[in-house]
Amino acid sequence: MVSAPPITVERLTKRFGAVTAVDDLTFTVEPGRVTGFLGPNGSGKTTTLRMVTGLARPTAGRALVGGRPYADHPHPARLVGTSLEAAFHPGRSALNHLRVYAPQVGVDDRRCHELLELVGLAPYAKRRVGGFSLGMRQRLGLATALLGDPQVVILDEPANGLDPQGIVWMRSLLRAFAAEGRTVLVSSHVLGEVQHTVDDVVVIARGRLVHASPLGDLTRLAEPETFVRAADAGRLDALVAERGWHAEGEAGGVLLRGVTADEVGAGAFAAGVELRQLTDRVVDLENVFLRLTADQEVPR
Amino acid sequence: MTAALKSELRKLLSTRLWWILLGVMVVYLVFIGVVMAFSLTIETPDGTRMMGGVDAAVAVYSSTNAIGYVFPLLLGTLAFTAEHRHRTIEQTLLVEPNRDVLLASKTTATLLLGLVFGVVAVLSIVAGGAPLLVWQGDGAYLTDPDVVAVLLLSVAVMAVWAVLGVVLGALVTNQVVAIVAVLAFTQFVEPIARLALGAVDALSGVAQVLPGAAADAVVGASAFGAFGDDGDMLPRWGGILVMLAYVVVLGVVARLTTLRRDVR
Repeated sequence: MVSAPPITVERLTKRFGAVTAVDDLTFTVEPGRVTGFLGPNGSGKTTTLRMVTGLARPTAGRALVGGRPYADHPHPARLVGTSLEAAFHPGRSALNHLRVYAPQVGVDDRRCHELLELVGLAPYAKRRVGGFSLGMRQRLGLATALLGDPQVVILDEPANGLDPQGIVWMRSLLRAFAAEGRTVLVSSHVLGEVQHTVDDVVVIARGRLVHASPLGDLTRLAEPETFVRAADAGRLDALVAERGWHAEGEAGGVLLRGVTADEVGAGAFAAGVELRQLTDRVVDLENVFLRLTADQEVPR
Repeated sequence: MTAALKSELRKLLSTRLWWILLGVMVVYLVFIGVVMAFSLTIETPDGTRMMGGVDAAVAVYSSTNAIGYVFPLLLGTLAFTAEHRHRTIEQTLLVEPNRDVLLASKTTATLLLGLVFGVVAVLSIVAGGAPLLVWQGDGAYLTDPDVVAVLLLSVAVMAVWAVLGVVLGALVTNQVVAIVAVLAFTQFVEPIARLALGAVDALSGVAQVLPGAAADAVVGASAFGAFGDDGDMLPRWGGILVMLAYVVVLGVVARLTTLRRDVR
C-alpha cells in the first residue's frame, strides 16, 4: 500500500471576465477510492482540474494536493499523474512523446517502453502520433500520466474514444489503483460511464457543487420503480387508484413510480390482491444525475 | 534544470523539423557561396574585378549571417510556438510548472542546436565559395585572422538568432502569426528599412540597431556592404550588445505577459 495524499479543493473560484466558470467549490478526494467528478459539458470540470494541477490560477480559494499547491511540489509529475485533453505533436513518435517528458518525471527509456506495453501501444512505439486514432491517443495520454507511477491520478474524461474493451480495461486499472491506496479523480459528463468504477461522486453544475457523497448515497436519491402484475388487473387498478400511486401501463402489468416493491407487496396483501409478479427496477442513476444538474438551470 | 534541458533537447530532436531546416539551409548556403564567389571574382569586360584578396573572402563567407539567419530564427520560433499549436504546452507545464526554468531550458537547448546550425552554415558557405575563390580569385584565405574571425563569429551569431527565435515564439504564441512575422520582417521589412533609413543621415543610427544590421556588425561585414551601399555599422561589441538586448527585452516581455498567463 502506498500512502497517497488527498486532493482538497477549498472555496475554489475562477472567473473569466463576467463569466464565473467555477464558483466557490469545495470538496475532498480521498486516497484509496475512485472519485467521479461529474457535471454536464461546460460545468467547470476541466477548469477545476486545471487549477488543481497549476495550469490555471484560481481567482479565489485554493486547490491542494497533499496540503500544498501542485506547483509547490519539487517534482509534481512524480506525485500526480495527469491526463487532461490528450495533446501531442503529430510528428513525434509515441515512444519519443514519452521520452520527452521522462527526464523531469525522473524515469528512463525502459519505463517508457513499459508504459507503452501497459496501454497496449507497444507495437506502435515508433509510429508518429499524427496517425493515431482517438482511442490510441487516449491511451498514450494515460501512459504519459502514469510515467512516474504516481500516487495521485487525475484523468479528464478518460473514457472518451475508448472502445468497450478499452472502457472495461480502464475500469479495472482504476479499481486496481484505488485498491493500492492511490488517490484517483476521474471526470465525466456521463454518470453511466463511471457508475461501475467510482466509490465517491462529486457533482457540479454551472461551476457549483450540487452533490458530493459516496455513490451509494446517490442511489438513495433515486426514485424507486416497481413493476407489478396481478391475476386480476381490475382489482390492481382499484388498489393503485385507492393508494394514489403513479402508474404506467407496461407489457401485461403496470410500472409504479415512487413506490418500493415492499410497499406495493404490503398494500396488495392487505387488499387481498393476488400478485403474479413484483419486481424492483434497477435504479436509474442517470436520472438522478440529470435532476441534480438540471436544478441549477434556474438563474441565481 | 538538467532534466528540463534534456527534455527540451529531446523535443527539438524528435521531430523532423530541425533536419529539414538544416538540409534546406545547407543547399541554400552552398548555392549562395557559389553565387557570391562568382559575382565577386568574375572579371568585367574592362578587366577589373569587384573585389579581390581577403576582402572578397570575407564578403563571401559573411553571407552566412546575412542570408542564412532565417533558418535558426525559424528553428527557435517554431520550438516555442509548436507547444501552443499542438497544445503540448499543458503537458510541458505539468512536468515543469516553473516557467522560468521552462524558458531558460528551451533557450539553452535551442542555443546548442543553433550552434550546430552555425557550424554547418559556415561549412556550407565555405564549401560553396572557397573553390571559386581559389580558382578565379586570389585564394580562399581560410587561415587569415580576419576570415577566421568572420567564420567563428558567424557561428555565434547564428546561435543567437536561434535564441531570438525562442523568445519571439514565447511572446507570440500563434505559430502562423509568428512565422509570417519572421518572414515578413527578415525578408522584406528590415532590408527595405535598412536601405531607406541608411539613406537619410539623421536616421542611419536607427538602421544600425535593426537586428540584422546588428548581426552584420558582429560579423564585421555584410552582403549589403559587399555591394557598397551599406550605411555605417556599429562596432563589433555594439552589435553584440544590441543583439543581446533584443533577446533580453523580448524574453522579459514574454515572461511577464504570455508566460504568466494561464495556458488554455
